[in-house]
Amino acid sequence: MDSPAEHSAHHAPQGFIWKYVFSFDHKVIGIQYYFLGLFSVFVGMSLSLLMRFHMVNPAVAVPWFAKLWPTAAAGGLMTPELYLSLMTMHGTIMVFFVLTTVPQSGFGNYFLPIQIGAEDMAFPVLNMMSFWTTFLALIVMIAAFFVQGGAPLSGWTAYPPLSGAGPLTGPGEGMGQNLWILSIAIFCGASLMGAINFIATTVDLRCKGMTLMRMPLTCWTWLVTAILGLLGFAVLLAAGVLLLLDRVAGTSFFLPTGMFINDHIIANHKGGSPLLWQHLFWFFGHPEVYIAILPGMGVTSQLLSVFSRKPVFGYKAMVYAILSIGFLGFLVWGHHMFMSGMNPYSAMAFSIMTMCIGVPSAIKTFNWIGTLWGGKIHFDTAMLFALGFVSLFVTGGVSGIFLGQPALDLYFHDTYFVVGHFHMIMGVAAIFGMFAGTFYWFPKMFGKMMNETLGKIHFYCTFIGVYCIFTPMHYVGIAGNPRRYSDFTNVAYLAKLIPVHQFMTYAAFFTAGVQVIFLVNLFWSMWKGAKAPMNPWNATTLEWAIPSPPPFDNFGGVHPVVYRGAYEYSVPDAAADFIMQNDPPKVAAAGD
Amino acid sequence: MDMAASLTHDHIIQGPPPPIDPGWGGGGGSGGSGGRGADRRAAFTGLFVGLAACTMAFAALSSAFVVRRGLSDMNDWVSIGKPPILFVNTAILLLSSILLDYSRRALKAGNRGRFNFWWTAATVLGVLFLTGQAFAWYQLKQAGVFISTNPSSSFFYVFTAAHALHVLGGVSALIYVDVQALRLRLGPSRRTAIDIWAVFWHFLDGLWIYLMILFYVWG
Repeated sequence: MDSPAEHSAHHAPQGFIWKYVFSFDHKVIGIQYYFLGLFSVFVGMSLSLLMRFHMVNPAVAVPWFAKLWPTAAAGGLMTPELYLSLMTMHGTIMVFFVLTTVPQSGFGNYFLPIQIGAEDMAFPVLNMMSFWTTFLALIVMIAAFFVQGGAPLSGWTAYPPLSGAGPLTGPGEGMGQNLWILSIAIFCGASLMGAINFIATTVDLRCKGMTLMRMPLTCWTWLVTAILGLLGFAVLLAAGVLLLLDRVAGTSFFLPTGMFINDHIIANHKGGSPLLWQHLFWFFGHPEVYIAILPGMGVTSQLLSVFSRKPVFGYKAMVYAILSIGFLGFLVWGHHMFMSGMNPYSAMAFSIMTMCIGVPSAIKTFNWIGTLWGGKIHFDTAMLFALGFVSLFVTGGVSGIFLGQPALDLYFHDTYFVVGHFHMIMGVAAIFGMFAGTFYWFPKMFGKMMNETLGKIHFYCTFIGVYCIFTPMHYVGIAGNPRRYSDFTNVAYLAKLIPVHQFMTYAAFFTAGVQVIFLVNLFWSMWKGAKAPMNPWNATTLEWAIPSPPPFDNFGGVHPVVYRGAYEYSVPDAAADFIMQNDPPKVAAAGD
Repeated sequence: MDMAASLTHDHIIQGPPPPIDPGWGGGGGSGGSGGRGADRRAAFTGLFVGLAACTMAFAALSSAFVVRRGLSDMNDWVSIGKPPILFVNTAILLLSSILLDYSRRALKAGNRGRFNFWWTAATVLGVLFLTGQAFAWYQLKQAGVFISTNPSSSFFYVFTAAHALHVLGGVSALIYVDVQALRLRLGPSRRTAIDIWAVFWHFLDGLWIYLMILFYVWG
């Protein structure tokens, strides 16, 4: 661990490499994470488009498929194994390198220190190492596409025996799966470094007056997310090491006796437990869902307050809801395993705990609506995405109540219902949180405003698009359409659902297409956008009290002092309809 | 946090004591003092958070151990004969922890010479522990016990290797502090490093004793 004292003389670095590549500056690192996530999300999205195309056109030969995958797509026709490897990589890249990376490491890195009045993260060198370790993990993951056999088939959950029994189980289960596990292990290391930094920074580097209960809710969500990451990724790392040993060292942690794979009897593994992997994986995997969504909740809470010019309704309740979601998140992993033949009493216990999470989630939703109620709502693009987040969170959350009940989950578990559910709540809702954060903080990060017209077109198209993709999935799931299958055009009882799948595919291509508007807006605004003022949204938190973009040490050598909470909007008799956190009391005295 | 706070105030009398921030949460903050106290506190928070991560990783391995050990239907768990040198290694690691604390007390008393001596001794013992562990693996190898031999040996190798990796990190840190000490470069930030790595070393000590109990009682 680098001593934080080394950076106390915080001088701006010189030279391109130290300024932009191996930078210790949390702002540069935040932007690096953001662009790593942006790259990954387009890779992940492209994979999903290939899958959606194949699902409805399994017999259409595409010449360039054959160019990309000479064996796995010989003649331009995708093999089921190739479909599974696309699915695996889509899930893995999206979950780890987008949902885990951007909301927490990207925005969190950039804005946590500023919002709590610190000049940097607690351990800047560790921060830099954390980013480059993540980068290495991404390179190793992408490399899995290019080794013999290609990318692994075992899904982002990598269940053994498929993930553990080696090349015999299919193409991609050789070196590809090894690289997958290695990449995840590296990613775990990076996340642990990041978590240490986030927690130490929040606990110890808050400026004078910034009590815990005055922190913006974004900071609370980053803190709790870091704690979840700390406890979860440590477990995944341990499990990953065991899985890798099963593959390369001949151990039998997860591989059972009596495996018969591709006409081969497996004699050199015996006695292991595939269920053990599921327990270890989901002990990480469920908190991971909250790692993805909590920062989005923080951004949404922040934005609903700013753009309806009202304090967050029930700030304390929000904080306790965040904490209890974090706590309960560690007690519900079994609800991913109802199908595993677990004792029904265990299933009931996990089910009850799962229902309990509905309570803090409902508190948050109620408070979001309470925040909006009677407010002077400004429908800027950032606000639209925050409202979209609330909508998607509720839609995705409600289907979660179905899945949390063992009796229903046994039916739904391997259907598209689950795909619809988790894409709504974990995928798209979290992505909307990122869009909201992008439109809200872009002026601070780059000193330019984003284009509102393009932003709104992008929002409405995306919002309608994602509902068109994922709502029908619930219906085809109820109709019994299995997930993870590459082709069901020849299944009689699913014939009537094919047009629905075609619709979803069109919607997916449409939604992916309109993301170009976002890219254009992002890069055009970076170069040509209108110059951003210091506080374009009339917000109260500390990042809006400094220039856009902020100077190297954030506060220009001044140590900010905070006098009040983060949500002083529309205070009666105050001079303006907001009071900054660092406005001295006498400024607000008229209103007190 | 109490533990962190007491560690924060210990062991330093030479030079000006770091100004301590009163407010954890409260009205805290580093004010205009350059953040020295906040840095030290942050370093300790980082340490304890890091130890929590280590604990979780070993807890995960332990739960895998318990589950795998408890799968009785196949009955393929055969306890391996553990090399007796493990007890010697345990004694060496314990001794190094004790010496590390002697050395910190010496520094507290202002005796840098003794600090250097004991710290160097503890570092050497740390290296000796790793050598001893390597010898234990060698003995197992000679006895024909490899990682894939049976679940007992698998877990033995996994646990000892994971612990050894952490010890390797700890020893590197001890060497770093030692080099700085011998070059008489123990500024305030390195005083923090001394305390941080000593606590980490004690943690590895406790972890090893836990692992020994696990191996001999249930392994």
